[in-house]
Amino acid sequence: MNRIKSKLQEDKKLLSIYFTAGFPNLDDTVSIIQELENNGVDMIEIGLPFSDPLADGPTIQDSSTAALHNGMHTELLFDQLKDIRQSVSIPLIIMGYFNPVFQYGVEAFCKRCAELGIDGLILPDLPLDVYEEEYKHIFEKYGLINVFLITPQTSDARIRQIDDVSDGFIYMVSSASTTGAKKGFGAEQQAYFDRIARMELKNPQIVGFGISNQETFAQATQQAKGAIIGSAFIKHLRENGPEKIDGFVKGIR
Amino acid sequence: MSYHVNEKGYYGEFGGAFIPEMLYPNTEELRQNYLQIMAEPSFQEEFHQLLRDYVGRPTPLYYAARMSEKYQTKIYLKREDLCHTGAHKVNNTIGQILMAKKLGKNRIIAETGAGQHGVATATVCALMGIECVVYMGEIDIARQAPNVARMKMLGAEVRPALSGSRTLKDATNEAIRDWINNPVDTHYIIGSVVGPHPYPDMVARFQSVISEEIKSQLLEKEGREHPDYVVACVGGGSNAAGAYYHFLDSPEVGIIAVEAAGKGIDTGESAATSALGKVGIIHGSKTLLMQTPDGQITEPYSISAGLDYPGVGPLHAHLFASGRGEFISITDDDAMKAGLKLCQLEGIIPAIESSHGLAIFEQRKFKPEDVVVMNLSGRGDKDLQNYIDYFNL
Repeated sequence: MNRIKSKLQEDKKLLSIYFTAGFPNLDDTVSIIQELENNGVDMIEIGLPFSDPLADGPTIQDSSTAALHNGMHTELLFDQLKDIRQSVSIPLIIMGYFNPVFQYGVEAFCKRCAELGIDGLILPDLPLDVYEEEYKHIFEKYGLINVFLITPQTSDARIRQIDDVSDGFIYMVSSASTTGAKKGFGAEQQAYFDRIARMELKNPQIVGFGISNQETFAQATQQAKGAIIGSAFIKHLRENGPEKIDGFVKGIR
Repeated sequence: MSYHVNEKGYYGEFGGAFIPEMLYPNTEELRQNYLQIMAEPSFQEEFHQLLRDYVGRPTPLYYAARMSEKYQTKIYLKREDLCHTGAHKVNNTIGQILMAKKLGKNRIIAETGAGQHGVATATVCALMGIECVVYMGEIDIARQAPNVARMKMLGAEVRPALSGSRTLKDATNEAIRDWINNPVDTHYIIGSVVGPHPYPDMVARFQSVISEEIKSQLLEKEGREHPDYVVACVGGGSNAAGAYYHFLDSPEVGIIAVEAAGKGIDTGESAATSALGKVGIIHGSKTLLMQTPDGQITEPYSISAGLDYPGVGPLHAHLFASGRGEFISITDDDAMKAGLKLCQLEGIIPAIESSHGLAIFEQRKFKPEDVVVMNLSGRGDKDLQNYIDYFNL
């Protein structure tokens, strides 16, 4: 069974962490992944940096720019991950923008991911209809889960459609924003969390955007299956380097 | 074969809406409504009234006698340079501000490179009394000070794009991010035939007034609606889309697209996307774009700030890939010389973008009886400092 699916069956709220590959240093990828697993993180999104990350706020943008400047590229990331499954067992997801994947070749990219033990992809700018028509069979062939996003503005009908096509979890963007833009959740978010919970979707939801500490993690996972922390962890890496990851994770739960 | 957009938002294999879900409701609202709104008689009436009384349309189709004599062919210039604000850009911003009003939006955002689209957007926002934020790369703000001042005088807030290469593509990213953060009250006025569907089609339709006028003006002057060739410069490609629009499906009209070669196609300092680009995704559209083998978008170069976009609109990618369009690239030097030549032969100071189109007459021969319409997309006032520096005036 795909590692994401078995993880989702565990009876706990999942903590997922995003980081940008190649940041703060080019060769930190493997040690960051190992440290996160050692400290009890349930799932990791490995960011494949892109020159024009239009859904990201300044924190993740800057980390992408720095990673590319450090020399990160697709083949190098794959090379860094070649022995990752000898030391790491939690689900690993590659998150990035569609163009680098498209240039690598979608099939070649998926094949490589499967060989390395990557469990899924999050490509926010690969639209639902294009995925279904052109790429779904490739993802399925290589056992990769494709994760779709929903937002507070997404209509119920479209959420149902996304739930139908999804086969893992749904990435629930907490507010209408780019990454790292909002701090904390208000009544508006709570209403959105409640609305989604009431829909009783077949896929569990993991909340992302706006989660930075114990309080927001607890709030986001009251109803959802888990939460993803991105910008707050990137800030931690910027300030501390790839150190004190234990302290960061303990601060969340 | 049609060269217009299909019902799914594609031109051949190009186009579509490759956008994160956060943008889906905004673009979907627009996609579901734009054709219907544009077809409403009240919309058409207000749009054409403003084009006539405010922009100054129709712009003349001018027979350039001395140029024609020099190049031994019949050259007509479509005088978009005479539009209010100095270029064709305002055709689109008038259309989109009316669209925004119909959609009930009360805040406008836009991106700008050289500042022409920013000025055209700030202008229509002032006209309608609507809040306006223009994103502009930090580097462009420094080198386009007069247009920054114009936007401010017109009441717009100019926000520097500090990310990436801090030029047009980054300003576009910032505008998209603003739209993600303000999905309900804000309309994004994209300045070219780029971005996710329906933008390329909507902008092309607003600019299509250019070829609509060419047809009737040419009928009057030459007794026929169709020229043998229509020539336009292409950065993102909005003036070209407007100039080609009503001729796309008429194979007897040759379509010539002129890109900026910068310092030369092989110099690494160029913006000739058809020659240097590969299929990829930029700003929500599948099109030709300049990128690294790894899929990172690269920074183009041209002396003309309006042509240094790393992609082209999906319509133009399709015209190139299908062979319908003839693509020519022109260097900085050849463009500057052609600009000066137009001043001397016809008494018209062109925008450097348009000078690229003018330069093809030195390189490509036409028959004496050919009727060639060249879209003179903008005037050269904004480029004066560039001309001064280049020619030591």
